[in-house]
Amino acid sequence: MILLLTSILAITLRAGTSLVFATIGEIYTEKSGVLNLGIEGIMLMSAVLSFTVSYYTGNLFAAVVTAMATGAVLSLLHAFLSITMRAQQVVSGLSITLFGTGMASFLGQTLGPESNSGYMIGLTAAKFETLTIPGLSKLPVIGAVFNQDLLTYIVLLLIPVAWYFMFRTKYGLNLRAVGESPQTADAMGIDVTRTRYIYTIFGGIMAGIGGAHLSLAYTPGWTENITGGRGWIVIALVIFSLWNPSRAIWGAILFGGINAVQFRLQASGAEIPAPVLNMMPYLVTIVVLIIITLWENRRRGTGTPAALGTPYQREEK
Amino acid sequence: MRIHFEKRKTYSAKASVLTPVISFLVSLILTAVMLAAVKINPAEVYAAMFRGAFGTWRDFSETLVKAIPLILTSLGVATAFKLKFWNIGAEGQLVLGGIGASWVALFASAWLPPAILLPAAIIVGAVAGSVWAGVPALLKVKLGVDETLTTLMLNYVAIIAYDGIYTGPWRDPDGFGFPGSAMFPEAAWLPRLTGRTHAGLIFALIIAAVLWFAFYKTKWGFELQMIGNNKKAARVLGVNIGRNIIIALLISGAISGIAGACEVTGIARRLQQGLSLGYGYTAIIIAWMSRLNPAVCIPVSIIMAGLLVGGDSVQIMMGVPSAMGQVMQGMILFPMLAGSIFSEYRLRLSRDSAATAAPTEGGLA
Repeated sequence: MILLLTSILAITLRAGTSLVFATIGEIYTEKSGVLNLGIEGIMLMSAVLSFTVSYYTGNLFAAVVTAMATGAVLSLLHAFLSITMRAQQVVSGLSITLFGTGMASFLGQTLGPESNSGYMIGLTAAKFETLTIPGLSKLPVIGAVFNQDLLTYIVLLLIPVAWYFMFRTKYGLNLRAVGESPQTADAMGIDVTRTRYIYTIFGGIMAGIGGAHLSLAYTPGWTENITGGRGWIVIALVIFSLWNPSRAIWGAILFGGINAVQFRLQASGAEIPAPVLNMMPYLVTIVVLIIITLWENRRRGTGTPAALGTPYQREEK
Repeated sequence: MRIHFEKRKTYSAKASVLTPVISFLVSLILTAVMLAAVKINPAEVYAAMFRGAFGTWRDFSETLVKAIPLILTSLGVATAFKLKFWNIGAEGQLVLGGIGASWVALFASAWLPPAILLPAAIIVGAVAGSVWAGVPALLKVKLGVDETLTTLMLNYVAIIAYDGIYTGPWRDPDGFGFPGSAMFPEAAWLPRLTGRTHAGLIFALIIAAVLWFAFYKTKWGFELQMIGNNKKAARVLGVNIGRNIIIALLISGAISGIAGACEVTGIARRLQQGLSLGYGYTAIIIAWMSRLNPAVCIPVSIIMAGLLVGGDSVQIMMGVPSAMGQVMQGMILFPMLAGSIFSEYRLRLSRDSAATAAPTEGGLA
């Protein structure tokens, strides 16, 4: 039983890592008042590009930096369209996802070596190995936390930092002010446009690392649609964590846990038909969304940034 | 000197026509750069794409085959977007329509007279699509649940269910292991007009005409427009927002459901792989490019279908990944979005430094 729990927790954390990276990033983006629905496209593009870099150079650091750069560029595009050009944020984000999905698929069929007729599918490359922490990893259940890859350790450390930055520093206060009331923030002398640009790009970088974790650690390699909709689940997780980075972990544990249980059940040949199991993450997302919304309706102050999704424009004289 | 945006007094018609055209050209140029970067000659690819999609009557009929579901789903999406209800679930609604129609074709033929089998299949497909869009609409109206996520999540649920159905319970027992249902009885086949182009085209044109009339010539269309533009004002004026959202979404889902029903009864004539090809996502691009105008959705869908068919043909002829068609579609959206500002704002150059001492948001200094 203990062994089973340990193994489920270990898989949960591994499955949840990409989600937590992207969720923390998107929380920051949304707190600044920008909704980025392009996460799915960013994760796909980062996954294929970081895997490609890892394949050709064997350098994981370069691979992760590539993923971060990919995320930065795509989210900069979203920032430009939605902040400067005041495009509909929903449509702009969707465009990033549509473009990213097509582009990732295109790159996955062009960047590969000639011996594989240009495909990146089916190749193996350097990946993040499990780093077992001696002693601690032997603990029952909790040991699972110390039997992970480097990116998972980083994200676990990042959660408290992200919380501290948002709720205990001046920068975090400015960020929240911009998302809550850009007019007031502007009057206080905070540069609304710049703040929104910074955190939209930060969110993209984090989603990029999330994508890299998929192709370099969780399911090493490139397959079409490697994210399986994770970029969308992230959008739900942001709501689930009520825009608080410290709660991002719970959503990821829930969804990573579904993956882990699914994995276990399928391996043990249970009676439940596979399609029903495969639907679970998506159905649970809907149910969770309903519960959160109901809860939100009943009390105020769940953390939804008041200015989320609306472009800011100074009153023109 | 500064450049900044100034709100236009009236909506610019010139900008709204020019923007999609320029966007298309920009997308062609960007894709050409990308192709050149991976050492593929863009001129050859474009020529081959054009020939593949519009070269012969036969090729054009294949383009129409793909244009039919695109027209229908983009009309569905446009109906929802009109109210700023972000229904990105057209893909799932299409799949449900396909499942619903297949159910009638496969199992109701035992007790339904052959003459009404096909109409019944299409109606059930429409209802299935309606239900799939109605659930998020109800959740939005009654509880305020965000529709972007619910419609999208239901896409995944629909696709997984559909995969499970044709490889599982509905799999043809006499199919020698072929993953797909049995062939539909002939009474459930949608007639074909030319090549593989089926009568779904007629549905698409009729629905487009009806929607155009409804959007621009009826009180209902005016109400939708009002809700989309300004919910508060609409409420003050006594428009029932909740009811309108639900009605519009039932229609939106039904149209996408008809798209799915036509796909299964008009092309494969069985439930098998290849129903979910991403039409529902491309539909979002089309609806947006058409500025939600049903009449404009038709030519835009044909161009987009041309990109898809052309993309397939360059894969066969030149070994260029067919995903390129998709990339081009995605790339059209960015200049479109960036350009949409010009129909509401105009660029103004101003020299007076005193007046612009405070930087205007959106100013490109």
